[in-house]
Amino acid sequence: MPTLLWTDGLIFLLLFMVVMFVLHVRRHEHLLRPWRSVLRSRVAMASAVILSVYLVIGLLDSLHFHPKLDNPKAEQAQYSTKINSVFDVLVSHLLEQDEKTYSAPFAAYQYSKETIELSDGSTVRELPRLKFGGAHLTDPDSEKVSDIFNRTLVASTKALVVFIVMIGLITWRIAAKKSWPFSNVIKSILKGEMETPWKVIFITLGMSFWVLIIAWDLSHAYHIFGTDKVGQDVYYQAMKSIRTGLIIGTLTTLVMLPFAVLMGISAGYFRGWIDDVIQYIYTTLNSIPGVLLIAASILMLQVYMANHAEDFASLAARSDMRLLFLCIILGVTSWTGLCRLLRGETMKLREVDYIQAAQAFGVGHMTIILRHILPNVMHIILISVVIDFSGLVLAEAVLSYINIGVDPSMNSWGNMINSARMEMAREPVVWWALAASFIFMFVLVLAANLFSDAVRDAFDPRLREREE
Amino acid sequence: MMAYIIRRALYAIPILIGVNVLTFVLFFVVNSPDDMARMQLGEKRLTEEAIQGWKQERGYDKPLLWNSSEEGLEKVTDTIFFKKSIRLFLFDFGRSDSGRDISFDISQRMWPSLAIAIPGLIVGLLVNITFALLIAFFRGTYLDITGVVFCVILMSISGLFYIIGGQFLVGKLMNLVPISGYDTGLESIKFLVLPVLVGLVGGIGSGTRWYRTIFLEEIGKDYVRTARSKGLSERLVMFRHVLKNAMIPILTGVVVVLPMLFMGSLITESFFGIPGLGSYTLDAITSQDFAIVRSMVFLGSVLYIIGLLLTDISYTLVDPRVRLQ
Repeated sequence: MPTLLWTDGLIFLLLFMVVMFVLHVRRHEHLLRPWRSVLRSRVAMASAVILSVYLVIGLLDSLHFHPKLDNPKAEQAQYSTKINSVFDVLVSHLLEQDEKTYSAPFAAYQYSKETIELSDGSTVRELPRLKFGGAHLTDPDSEKVSDIFNRTLVASTKALVVFIVMIGLITWRIAAKKSWPFSNVIKSILKGEMETPWKVIFITLGMSFWVLIIAWDLSHAYHIFGTDKVGQDVYYQAMKSIRTGLIIGTLTTLVMLPFAVLMGISAGYFRGWIDDVIQYIYTTLNSIPGVLLIAASILMLQVYMANHAEDFASLAARSDMRLLFLCIILGVTSWTGLCRLLRGETMKLREVDYIQAAQAFGVGHMTIILRHILPNVMHIILISVVIDFSGLVLAEAVLSYINIGVDPSMNSWGNMINSARMEMAREPVVWWALAASFIFMFVLVLAANLFSDAVRDAFDPRLREREE
Repeated sequence: MMAYIIRRALYAIPILIGVNVLTFVLFFVVNSPDDMARMQLGEKRLTEEAIQGWKQERGYDKPLLWNSSEEGLEKVTDTIFFKKSIRLFLFDFGRSDSGRDISFDISQRMWPSLAIAIPGLIVGLLVNITFALLIAFFRGTYLDITGVVFCVILMSISGLFYIIGGQFLVGKLMNLVPISGYDTGLESIKFLVLPVLVGLVGGIGSGTRWYRTIFLEEIGKDYVRTARSKGLSERLVMFRHVLKNAMIPILTGVVVVLPMLFMGSLITESFFGIPGLGSYTLDAITSQDFAIVRSMVFLGSVLYIIGLLLTDISYTLVDPRVRLQ
């Protein structure tokens, strides 16, 4: 039975808005022009591919449903109160492979020693074999390396096939669209003569698929990022955290955007007392240290949730509510920058001739704002949305570390770091949870940073001139 | 000038009142004084008298915002909000909910915070400006591109990893300095090296990139072209003209954060176990000590406003064209 959490709904709403925006831009040449330079940038397109891989995983993880219970006696279908996502079903093998406690990546033995009773009644203290990790091997010490190598080889072959099919399809599409012969398209892609850097896109796409397919194959036989204290697969946790990171990074801006745009433009356009009030509001909000404001709000929410436990259908719904609330409160602390920028820009714009002319003709304020001012500040909004994303993903980790971030039961990189930081003091060091969250976060944030740089360069001509 | 400063200081009052109301509402909207008493007293079976006693002792036994049982002006003044907030304006922070003197705690814990923040700021500025100047000097070459790529990579790593990595590498593997803790006097240096170093490495990416754009903006200006056309060497142009003029935006940017240095850093201080104001705030958040959090919010807002004022003043000092109205 499908179910829609609050954040799911909002993230799909956002997706819908982005699609509508893209369609709108495609119809208008003057809007399309800056995007062309983004599309031409090799770095931007490579990062865009990586970002879309994250996005697909995050979206699959946002399609939630209540799984059906196996109960042959019941006449009507019964549904569990647990909430699963489509992504959980795809990687169900990871969910079922829990171990007892820590184990290193690709390990066949547990991390800590245990007393094991032998068949003759005597006991020994040794590292027990894992239940799933490398369980198919009879002698892990000698077989493991070649087994991993073989599996990687098989996976690479699969990846190569997928890669070739995919390239073929895309090239065929381009060829059909341009009505060029297929071989010419291939040639000009290889030479890098196309306007869009298809070669780079193909390479990034191929690499992503290669990594994903290898990880997919190996994760059926090993814990590729080890297991945590209670034996859960770290790779699964890191993958699940993608959704949390994406939601924090995108929904926060979605929440704050209406306020920032409305207030910024009206302050700059109407001036007078409206300007004073709005300036007062954002100076006040800005002068409270952001972390303290977030902390106070999250504490408040915690107390509320503790007192109103019955309002939440399930644990998932509860942690989802907290995630949404965190987005809102992060939005409250971060909208002021954009608001100030918009106010300044609008103040400049309202003195421009065509707006003075519109006012002289008696055009209404709403019309002027919607038709003349909003389109002219759109690039500022866009740049700030794209630039904010990576900062928000990083902020989540810090907030979760001081326990004012997402719900502790929710998978997030911040929670992974938080629970793993004590493990660095262990001997031997338990490093894999940190490594996993580091890699996943780093790749996402790096791609986002590179992409936002390209967008900023494309939309801010002043900056481009300076760089040249 | 003086009139401007006074007017700006007066303008801060409504803002501080707004801050106070906001934090007050945030804390009391769900967390009633009764809840606070239960939390602080922390015993399982609490008598009603004990709660009332706790509230009376700390002045939480009044209405929140509006006292309808009093007459005239007392309606507003004899409330928790008025009694608790008005003293903040005189910087009398009172006692924390656990009974400690907040002003004394702040004056004690301020120094460890500053001991990290000031060296961190100075070292960070020096290193970032040096790197940025170097990259800007070689602009357009491979060194520039590599430098910028490195900056983006460094920026993409969460600050937490710098701290964890620094503690692990320098503290545990190389065993050079203690991982966390604090001491007084000269002994404290060995505890401060690592936090400052971690802060430096963590800030290099964004700092260098930011200063690089400032330098590039300066390089694009007309006077630089004139200086070059006079036949000055590139090195002379960079050091004598560009660096000097770029210091204006750089230093005015630094002025705004100066007052905030007092507040310390929540994350760094808690990771390294430094008894500064940052960890003080964090402890207050986790133990829900409303009096401390409110004092810190108030202090933070005051410092923020001072920072804004200092920025405005420093603009007039370095650039006489800016007139304060």
